[in-house]
Amino acid sequence: MKNETNNRRQFIQALTATASLSALSGTAFAANKKSIGRVVVIGGGFGGATAAKYLRLWSGGRIEVTLIERNKEFISCPASNEVLAGYRNFDTLRHGYDGLKKNWGVKIVHASVTAIDTEKRRVKTDHGGEFAFDHVIVAPGIDFLYDQITGYTEAAREKILHAWKAGPQTLALRKQLEAMPDGGVYALTIPKAPYRCPPGPYERACLIASYLKTNKPKSKVLVLDANDKIQSKQKLFQDVWEADYKDLIEYQPNWNAVSVDAAQNAVTNELGDTVKAAVLNVVPPHRAGDIAQSAGLINVNQRWCAVDWVTLESTAVKNVHVIGDALMPGPTMPKSGHMANQHGKAAAAAIVEMLSGRTPQPTLMANTCYSMVDENRGMHVASVHRYDAEKKAHQPVAGAGGLSVEPNKLEGIFAHAWANTIWKEMLT
Amino acid sequence: MKRSKIHIVVALLFVPIIGVAQNTPPDYFVANCFNCHGTDGRGHSTIPPLAGLTKPYIIEQIAAFKAGTRPATVMHQLSKGYTDDEIARAAAYFAAQKK
Repeated sequence: MKNETNNRRQFIQALTATASLSALSGTAFAANKKSIGRVVVIGGGFGGATAAKYLRLWSGGRIEVTLIERNKEFISCPASNEVLAGYRNFDTLRHGYDGLKKNWGVKIVHASVTAIDTEKRRVKTDHGGEFAFDHVIVAPGIDFLYDQITGYTEAAREKILHAWKAGPQTLALRKQLEAMPDGGVYALTIPKAPYRCPPGPYERACLIASYLKTNKPKSKVLVLDANDKIQSKQKLFQDVWEADYKDLIEYQPNWNAVSVDAAQNAVTNELGDTVKAAVLNVVPPHRAGDIAQSAGLINVNQRWCAVDWVTLESTAVKNVHVIGDALMPGPTMPKSGHMANQHGKAAAAAIVEMLSGRTPQPTLMANTCYSMVDENRGMHVASVHRYDAEKKAHQPVAGAGGLSVEPNKLEGIFAHAWANTIWKEMLT
Repeated sequence: MKRSKIHIVVALLFVPIIGVAQNTPPDYFVANCFNCHGTDGRGHSTIPPLAGLTKPYIIEQIAAFKAGTRPATVMHQLSKGYTDDEIARAAAYFAAQKK
């Protein structure tokens, strides 16, 4: 009976393998196949987790994949603004790595990477050991340039939060908002672009305004933007602020925060203007995550990593691929979780091709970013990006992509469905 | 038992083809759709799953999105980023997936 089951399985595998399109599916996945290479993925966010899964899936289990992630669980930045408004339970953002291990045979190591030896092709960790690789995918996300804001010391960071990496700061900012008296000012500073999640700050302003409108209507949301205008969904945000949050949200462009005073809960811009707030939410400028810097992968404006857009391989170091928010993005390509997922798949596809003895081909990428404007209404921006051989980079496809006509409840439902689906897509 | 023997015979017939197939890269771009529709189009949300829909149906719906004859929130915008050939290949992929 066991043999019969095996035979049937072999038959199904043989049948599905005949069509190249079926190679995308998990039916080609099987144990005990001869390894064609080893890949280490550093960072288990939207990009890294996706890359780890698809390396296993698309190689039919023939690439050994180790995912090194310092945190025991993934906590989603997308949808975390809803926690700040009290519209979502924080626990819904938390997801484990067991699915990648059980379903796809990804080796999960919870440790911090201390070095990438690109000569010897080894990744070193603090307490998880060393890992040899043929290719390494670096997906470190972003780290903050605190030194660009005077006074944003470790002590100050206890009080003045960024909440721009979902986790303890998300819950802490929610507590500050709950404790804020009616009539208080919540001030949010936005760094100069490029930063993680272009519509994120404006969504945050909407959701916190929505919370305050119901619970503390005399309060105010002050948006202090280092950029000259709203960076994403501009008209949509302007319209909803005008229609729903007219006396609640005040927007100031060209307001570049350069120092903070934790004792006063104050922030000052480069012109010397100072704002005091009951709740001060300062998002510092970012660069590619620390490991990208120490591995010598940052080669654009001392902040971002440039890659070959066919393979996502670093232009600074061979056999090292960089994905996600750490990248210097192509035109109109946002630093988003959705985009990082696409980078992860592109890098996985390229590595599968290389280790299979084929030449990687550029692949299409697409993005959809949803924003909520209150508890129920959502809106989106979408784009498709196709590789341009002359420009050697992905370019937005003319005539494709676009924006919502207006925020509505249906798109709010889709925003939540998107989050639930992509979390499963990357981790199970 | 008899059935499994047929399976083996049929499987053997496919053996030479497998070798050829392994030298042809799959249509990786189809995985773009997985973000919202679930891996292999097997999503479980209000965003419609695609696995197991027929190829002609998917092609027809995408054409309707592109033409603006089927209302959409986002698919009329995303579908325009793909050629008709790419849509046909994606449709074939999802049609071949189990629901």
